[in-house]
Amino acid sequence: MSLDSSNEPAIELVGIDKRFGAVHANKNINLTVAKGSIHGIIGENGAGKSTLMSILYGFYHADQGEIRISGKPITIRDSQAAIAAGIGMVHQHFMLVENFTVLENVMLGAEGGQLLRKGVASARRELKRLEDDYGLEVDPDAVIEELPVGSQQRVEILKALYRGAEILILDEPTGVLTPAEADHLFKVLRVLRDQGKTIILITHKLREIMAITDTVSVMRRGEMVATRKTAETTVEELAELMVGRRVLLRVEKGEAKPGKVLLSVRNLTVKDSRGVTMVDDVSLEVRAGEIVGIAGVAGNGQSELLEAIAGIRKPASGEIFLDGKPVAGVGPAELRSLGLAHIPEDRHHMGLVLKFEEYENSILGYHRDQRYGRGALLDLDAIRKDAEEKIAKYDIRPPNPRLRTANFSGGNQQKIVVAREIERDPNVLIIGQPTRGVDIGAIEFIHKRIIEMRDAGKAVLLVSVELDEIRSLSDRILVMFAGKVVGEKSGEAGEQTLGLMMAGIAA
Amino acid sequence: MDYFDILISILGSAIRLSVPLLFTALAGLFSERAGIFDIGLEGKMLASAFASACVAYWTGNAWLGLLAGIGISIVFSLVHGFASITNRGNQIVSGVALNFVAAGLTIVLGQAWFNQGGRTGQVPAEGRFSSIVLPGADAVRDVPIIGPLYANVISGNNILTYIAFLMVPVSWWVLYRTRFGLRLRAVGENPGAVDTAGISVSWLRYRALIVAGFLCGFSGTYLAIAQSAAFINNMSAGKGYIALAALIFAKWKPVPVMLACLLFGFLDAFANFMQGKSVPLLGEVPVQIFQALPYILTCVLLAGFIGIARPPKAGGVPYTKER
Repeated sequence: MSLDSSNEPAIELVGIDKRFGAVHANKNINLTVAKGSIHGIIGENGAGKSTLMSILYGFYHADQGEIRISGKPITIRDSQAAIAAGIGMVHQHFMLVENFTVLENVMLGAEGGQLLRKGVASARRELKRLEDDYGLEVDPDAVIEELPVGSQQRVEILKALYRGAEILILDEPTGVLTPAEADHLFKVLRVLRDQGKTIILITHKLREIMAITDTVSVMRRGEMVATRKTAETTVEELAELMVGRRVLLRVEKGEAKPGKVLLSVRNLTVKDSRGVTMVDDVSLEVRAGEIVGIAGVAGNGQSELLEAIAGIRKPASGEIFLDGKPVAGVGPAELRSLGLAHIPEDRHHMGLVLKFEEYENSILGYHRDQRYGRGALLDLDAIRKDAEEKIAKYDIRPPNPRLRTANFSGGNQQKIVVAREIERDPNVLIIGQPTRGVDIGAIEFIHKRIIEMRDAGKAVLLVSVELDEIRSLSDRILVMFAGKVVGEKSGEAGEQTLGLMMAGIAA
Repeated sequence: MDYFDILISILGSAIRLSVPLLFTALAGLFSERAGIFDIGLEGKMLASAFASACVAYWTGNAWLGLLAGIGISIVFSLVHGFASITNRGNQIVSGVALNFVAAGLTIVLGQAWFNQGGRTGQVPAEGRFSSIVLPGADAVRDVPIIGPLYANVISGNNILTYIAFLMVPVSWWVLYRTRFGLRLRAVGENPGAVDTAGISVSWLRYRALIVAGFLCGFSGTYLAIAQSAAFINNMSAGKGYIALAALIFAKWKPVPVMLACLLFGFLDAFANFMQGKSVPLLGEVPVQIFQALPYILTCVLLAGFIGIARPPKAGGVPYTKER
């Protein structure tokens, strides 16, 4: 290691400023990233993290400011220039060609000549070397779409290393990974760091920052508000810096006072479109004034169970009772009129029409209601007034019912759905993934609303793949594995116990 | 004529009828594998047929005719690219517009220049691509089976026919063995991957369209001055669409594209042969039934009898950088 370069920071950003029209995405950002370290950048959705990294990777150009790599100022005109400067990026949504092999993906853009043959041989050798050096195991001849997500991400990392990246930017890398895959990723990142690579990790998950980074910088509303040594800070301090006020990371809730059974499911079996049994003879009850959580690894039948109860998917057999009335096979519109509200798992797919304006989404599913119009006509004034009230009550930002829904952040989109469903004052509320892709401030808010529903004597059925969320909200926890409820625990059950049940090992 | 002679004559005719389909389908292959739907193949074919007929008529040189056909087809491709790549317009609309432009323009210009109701003048023999007799064709003619097959099906075609079939391995090689091919296939699946690798998505797609224009120029030229000796109104007669169907049927792969085009060519030749002939048990069947066969087959195939045809994933979607 030469003395002159080892002391220079890998990256220095000086006074970076970027506007998109009226939005001031990055305000005078200064950042120094030490060589051979893992540097976390944390902030809520829309804080400007991705914009900053896109500037570093040549996707956007800063309006002002300077970028220095290893002490030398450079201009990064496009991705090609970033790659040449030794910067590699692992995008949140993988930039892979799905029907190509690993090898073809790695070579793309760095083929080594007009013809492929020579490049293929050297790429194969280089991949083998990277695999040996960093423990990045992938079969070079495997087709991307047949690989698990964790391996696909490894290919993204390999792509960057193959191009000689010394600085690796990872944008929300664990969002799509299972806990085991995330652990593996962290292991790889540590090896990379120990071999002298510099890693920038963008995330909104505090836990990851604490687990893996050496240094952490916090962004809020386009500004870099603080940089700390990870060892010298706490989750609470970071959360406060991110949101700009004190945040309750743990939900406070009183004792549950369960009343009569409002939702009951008996021997329910649900098949998916291919005829595979996804929910297998499940029975459960949810009482007034309690939250029942369903834990499980994604894909073990929770989604289908929710959809069957919400009337979206017809059950193959079994019964569902809503306040004593049999409702299996009844459609979603009628279920809503009977007092059941549904916050779907995927707000983009089922909860919202992203091209609609906010006020239109705020009545979706309740548009036949007398309050919103008569006969075939909608009463737009009444709807917008209603939407404005919900916006105020749920602090949806920006507070503009005429804005296209796609232009709201994930957290605010979710609040639109939550407001729509909860404000109908249903007796039974079923919720899937209430806070997926939602920032900390909004998570706290949504959790409070859910607890309020319980305290108001409603029955709440909650499905989430975030075990922390299930544990902090639920009064009772059911664990689903391979379509069956494999056990029931109290809300105080330990993570370990539930984890083993979710893996199908213990009951 | 015994059955073997009939078969040989149908096969020979099938080859000749499949050539324009093959050029056009390969053109579509390059365009669509790069993520640009090319419904304008029909128009390109028509325009290049007209241009090659005009130039061949005026100069009496078939090669200049070919050059004109290729030139105009590339121009059409670039217009398509300007609308759908540079300005991110809808690729179907742009393609359909080109088809209308070609259909209208060829008639108007043809009438203005030649006054023959949309026909161009008769192209002299030296302005056409005439058939080439391969060496030894006459010598082996009397060898059973192989002889007539060589002499009447493989030999005796014009140079464009041989180029068409040569283009199949060439296309395969370009797509799967060159850097250009790798990038082209990638940009049709995930332009984001190409962009982040530091390659220009637009320039890559333009080059794919230029290749498509180049190949499509051959097909129009073939129609006008190889198969016939003049341009006739609407001479492509939907072959561009049939080629597109063949492309989908072949799942966007070069060798299957050739087989699909041969199948369509064969059905066409069969329909021609059955004109006025009686079918055993049925008697004389209206010729329209046979003429409809390729189109019926197209519908049946596209309706899903070929299994899942997985088009290039980014096909039809203009590329915009995401935040």
